[in-house]
Amino acid sequence: MTDLNILLAGFGGQGILFTGKVIAYAGMMEGSEVSWLPSYGPEMRGGTANCSVCLSDRAIGSPLVVTPDVLVAMNLPSLEKFENDVMPGGLIIVDSSIIAKKVSRTDVKAVYLDASGIAESNGLKGAANMVILGRMFKETGFCSEENLDKGLQKSIPPKKAALIDSNRKAIRLGMES
Amino acid sequence: MSMAERVLMKGNEAIAEAAIAAGCRHFFGYPITPQTEVAAYMSKRMPKVGGVYLQGESEVASINMVLGAGAAGVRVMTSTSSPGISLMAEGISYIAGSDVPCLIVNVQRGGPGLGGIQPSQADYCQATKASGHGDFHMLVFAPSTVQEMVDLVAGAFELGDKYRMPAMILSDGMLGQMMEPVALPEHREIEDSKEWAARGHGGKRAHNVINSLYINPQELEDLVKARYEKYAVIKEREQRAEEYLADDADIIVVAFGASSRVSRSAVDMARKAGIKAGLVRPITLWPFPEKFLAKHADHAKAFLSVEMSMGQMVDDVKLAIGCRKPVGFYGRTGGVIPTPKEVFDAIVKTNGGVQR
Amino acid sequence: MTVKGERPHALLDVPLHYCPGCTHGIVHRLVAEVIDELGIEGRTVGVASVGCSVFTYNYFGCDMVQAPHGRAPAVATGVKRARPEDVVFTYQGDGDLAAIGMGETVHAAARGENIVAVFINNAIYGMTGGQMAPTTLPGQVTQTTPYGRDVKTAGNPIRVCELLSSLDGVALAQRVTVDCVKNVKEAKRAIKKAFEYQMAGKGYCIIEVVSTCPTNWGMSPKDAIQWLRDNMLPYYPLGVYKDVGEGGQ
Repeated sequence: MTDLNILLAGFGGQGILFTGKVIAYAGMMEGSEVSWLPSYGPEMRGGTANCSVCLSDRAIGSPLVVTPDVLVAMNLPSLEKFENDVMPGGLIIVDSSIIAKKVSRTDVKAVYLDASGIAESNGLKGAANMVILGRMFKETGFCSEENLDKGLQKSIPPKKAALIDSNRKAIRLGMES
Repeated sequence: MSMAERVLMKGNEAIAEAAIAAGCRHFFGYPITPQTEVAAYMSKRMPKVGGVYLQGESEVASINMVLGAGAAGVRVMTSTSSPGISLMAEGISYIAGSDVPCLIVNVQRGGPGLGGIQPSQADYCQATKASGHGDFHMLVFAPSTVQEMVDLVAGAFELGDKYRMPAMILSDGMLGQMMEPVALPEHREIEDSKEWAARGHGGKRAHNVINSLYINPQELEDLVKARYEKYAVIKEREQRAEEYLADDADIIVVAFGASSRVSRSAVDMARKAGIKAGLVRPITLWPFPEKFLAKHADHAKAFLSVEMSMGQMVDDVKLAIGCRKPVGFYGRTGGVIPTPKEVFDAIVKTNGGVQR
Repeated sequence: MTVKGERPHALLDVPLHYCPGCTHGIVHRLVAEVIDELGIEGRTVGVASVGCSVFTYNYFGCDMVQAPHGRAPAVATGVKRARPEDVVFTYQGDGDLAAIGMGETVHAAARGENIVAVFINNAIYGMTGGQMAPTTLPGQVTQTTPYGRDVKTAGNPIRVCELLSSLDGVALAQRVTVDCVKNVKEAKRAIKKAFEYQMAGKGYCIIEVVSTCPTNWGMSPKDAIQWLRDNMLPYYPLGVYKDVGEGGQ
């Protein structure tokens, strides 16, 4: 891998920023240069949240992902806004439990994942983001499985360590989807 | 110093932790996006390290609390974003006029006025030339990574103390909000040894007066001139910049902070396209790293200043190279971050097209 | 009035720049006497303001910091937070404290900032030559209220002690004057109490001294004292507006 530029987008509260953090930490454990840049300000409150994550084997220039290799869309406005920015040959992961629309481009790989449904039917309500992360990992192999798990552990503060297991489970579900 | 474990940290939080590591135990500030994490972090950490965090009622009050604590001889800082610096301009001028060291962090956002909250570099002139009324300068540092934000904080405090003047970290919303891996420095104890400070004379010396008022014009002129002699020494000794592929470059891109990251990517693209592009990245904005630019003025065909403003640094580049070569400009403003492709296109244009 | 006794140690042996009949000199002496009596000159830091009292840093023997106009409470806050063991006071006029610096004043008071404010209220801007102050009386003629202060357009004067006394952070708010020996003694008692309260960690203390400005009032020193009694004191009654007492915090 040389460069992987990832854009995660959805509603505030879906765990977009957290997902980005797990990816960034996992990339760091893998030995990559990483950056994580959130959208910030009023647009976050009740509106859309997005997060740019860059993984590279060289120093990262702009941390703002304008033309993502991977787009994770967790709501319709995000898919509509960013679909055309994805690099040809790139990957779009759509949370199909929320978004009914299909990707119209033909030069990218589109993956439709009933992430919320999978999470809920396994008693992991609210972990759709981790299901998607598991699938993204499967599609890209951006790090080793061991480092993905380390990234998860690093991203959860010690006080909330009890949450590691449920997140781990959700990631596994995504990998097996 | 042992290499600490790297952690992912937001630039704003990293600056705060670095300041604590550098012995700063006094923080005064007022909330404003996109720097609020600095204050939030300080409010959490200062009580744990025996320090003082105080939220002032305004930026005006906060910078004057900084003046008071700095005058009393402690290592002190504040942080704000662009509109807050305008409010602090009065206090900054007094701090400089009273020869009080302190650290001021500006996490820039778009302006003028209330502007926006997205990243900007449009406070360059304010930081380097006009941070308040009167003849004075601040030391101004421009980090481009979260690690460098950490690394520059201790040095900014130290040079501020050494030269008895305010220092500024000129950051922006992108660097403040982004996370990167960072190794934090070990905590250091600092000596409480500022003999000039107003901290109580203990009956052992004449009273110290921290003051910027000189009614006699000759006295004031002498004092300001002495300060400018100090500035001349600083210009000679403290210029800092990073050079990237600059030694054989035809086109030298000049960019600092956030725009330098974009420019580095653009320089790589240009090299791949057969253009001999290079980058000089000012780390000190005041003193401006003239030496690092002047030495390329003979071999370079042209310079290109890339900024997130309307070109506030262009004149400084021209002066640094004695106007010997053309200086172009590419920038975005208002909170827009330029893309590497845009900067690459500007390099191509400056070069008169692609060469193979 | 003749002031007896030797110069207090905390008052430096330099000529004051104040006009004849101005009460700044008396108040300076009282503050210096209090510092001497408490034996705290070596750990006191004064904060000078902007206005006629701008040069106090030349007069007091303790360490001094000169603050921007109105910002003395913020500067004093910084000093006190940096050096909690020091005794910190501001010396401010009415324009500095109650106009441009009202925000800093109210918030320092509300925080219960452990500082003393010595507040000189002479109902006029002295340094700039006699313009309207926030405490200028209704009908009072100044350079910028040439027809007398019309409260309909220029607003009403501010009674600072009354205003601040509503704040929980205030330990002592007292208005005094220095028009006669008895009142001078009371003023000194109040200033001393304020310093003692700070040393006991009780919070923000303000001593408002109703003062004269013969030059800008356009009167002789003697007439100015009478004008103060006839006009200032009825509008700004002397007294204690808040006192948390010995046990209070």
